[in-house]
Amino acid sequence: MRKRSLTLLSDGTLFRRENTLYFENELGRRPLAVEGIYDIYVYGHVTITSQALHFLAQKGIAVHFFNHYGHYDGSFYPRESLNSGDLVIRQAEHYLDGEKRLRLARLFVRGSALNMERNLKRWKVNDGFSEELRELLEKLEGARKITEVMNVEARIREAYYSRWDGHLPEGFKIVKRTRRPPENEMNALISFLNSRLYATIVSELYNTQLVPTVSYLHEPGERRFSLALDLSEIFKPIVADRLATRLVTKRMLSKGHFREELKGVLLTKEGMKKVLSEYEKELSKSVRHPELKKNVTKKRLIRLEAYKLIKHLIGVKEYEPLVAWF
Amino acid sequence: MSYDPNCNNENCNANRAEYPLTDLLITGTEINYLFICPTKLWYFAKGITMEQENEWVDLGRFLHEQRYANEEKEVLVGSIKIDFIRRGDVIEVHEVKLSKSMEKAHEMQALYYLYYLKKLGIKARAVLHYPKLNETKEVTLDGREGEIEKAIKEVERIKSLPAPPKPVKLKKCLKCAYYELCWV
Repeated sequence: MRKRSLTLLSDGTLFRRENTLYFENELGRRPLAVEGIYDIYVYGHVTITSQALHFLAQKGIAVHFFNHYGHYDGSFYPRESLNSGDLVIRQAEHYLDGEKRLRLARLFVRGSALNMERNLKRWKVNDGFSEELRELLEKLEGARKITEVMNVEARIREAYYSRWDGHLPEGFKIVKRTRRPPENEMNALISFLNSRLYATIVSELYNTQLVPTVSYLHEPGERRFSLALDLSEIFKPIVADRLATRLVTKRMLSKGHFREELKGVLLTKEGMKKVLSEYEKELSKSVRHPELKKNVTKKRLIRLEAYKLIKHLIGVKEYEPLVAWF
Repeated sequence: MSYDPNCNNENCNANRAEYPLTDLLITGTEINYLFICPTKLWYFAKGITMEQENEWVDLGRFLHEQRYANEEKEVLVGSIKIDFIRRGDVIEVHEVKLSKSMEKAHEMQALYYLYYLKKLGIKARAVLHYPKLNETKEVTLDGREGEIEKAIKEVERIKSLPAPPKPVKLKKCLKCAYYELCWV
């Protein structure tokens, strides 16, 4: 049985009775097949009993919480059951050795940038981006410090956003990327998707022997699971950005799916529902993997990225970031 | 001298001076993996395990739990863990397997258990169970100590390598939980 993600958008209670997990609200009591759950994403106001948490921990199911605004709050990350002392030491080694850390940091930025380039070509708004990117990638290779790597990354991103807008319909332009709070619809949508993607990556890392707090581009442990932030650089353009674009260009989202608050522009409940259902669909789509010679889902690509990182760390094969061929 | 797995008494432990066998720290699974794939053995030994995701492993676990529910199961002796044992004139070591496709590996795993027990002064014989095929196979150690010693040395050599041996793509890779890790 393929395990699936469970998203709780409505309010209710999650509890355990005997060996069954239930979700109950005014619509009734729904039993959940725990063996079929991969992880849980909570958006509604949900009460979880400690018994339910014990059960979820036993089954190795992570639970991710998002606040009223759809921003990531934190995860119930069950005790690690997959440990490899050897790998932890290699992870630390690649952080402590400045050269090794820089190499990985550069690779994450490089992969991210090439995926942005891929998007702009798909959207036919490349408009000199590739040329600019070549120069910036050269600078990236010459970067001697993590801060320099970060600077190059910021410049690439700026160049990318300015062109991306050319493909977006009126009323859904990014104009300027704003986060807390997102100042317009597109910013709100991008932030919402990025949060969700980040949590997906946390779940994937939980299912590997990698320690999620040791990272290379981001500072380790600097808020949350920073290795998931590193990996999300690769996946943001090809998962979040593409989906955000599709949702607005295909008119699946309208202005009515957003609301304005003191905290900026936010998705409505209906908007979140739409976005999350499309997100799930997107991640379950499969593509032919040229190396593995089989179909893998887009979600699985995240796990494969973790495996590639493991192989880099133990010295089997140099990490090559995923560059979308699809 | 016989080994009593239930004995927690200090004196009793003192009586079995050879236990635990400090020169035999490898597990039966490791011997098994040596004959399936050295790359898998290396990853497994380093804690980079993939078994938790493999449906075949689940199926094996299920078979083991359901089919032999009344046996004395998962018997731990030092570094080995036997599927189940039966006590008679001699101890019987039982291993449950799904299919015969890795027969050599199963046999060597059982032989290793017999070798291990012999070192502890325990006479035993081994039976491999293939409940899905409704077959059993008996394995005896006599004269095969050399084979096992060679295998033990090879497991230790592979485990001490700084990186895993280069994988070889074979038909069996397709069913292996390490497939993606090896070939991505």
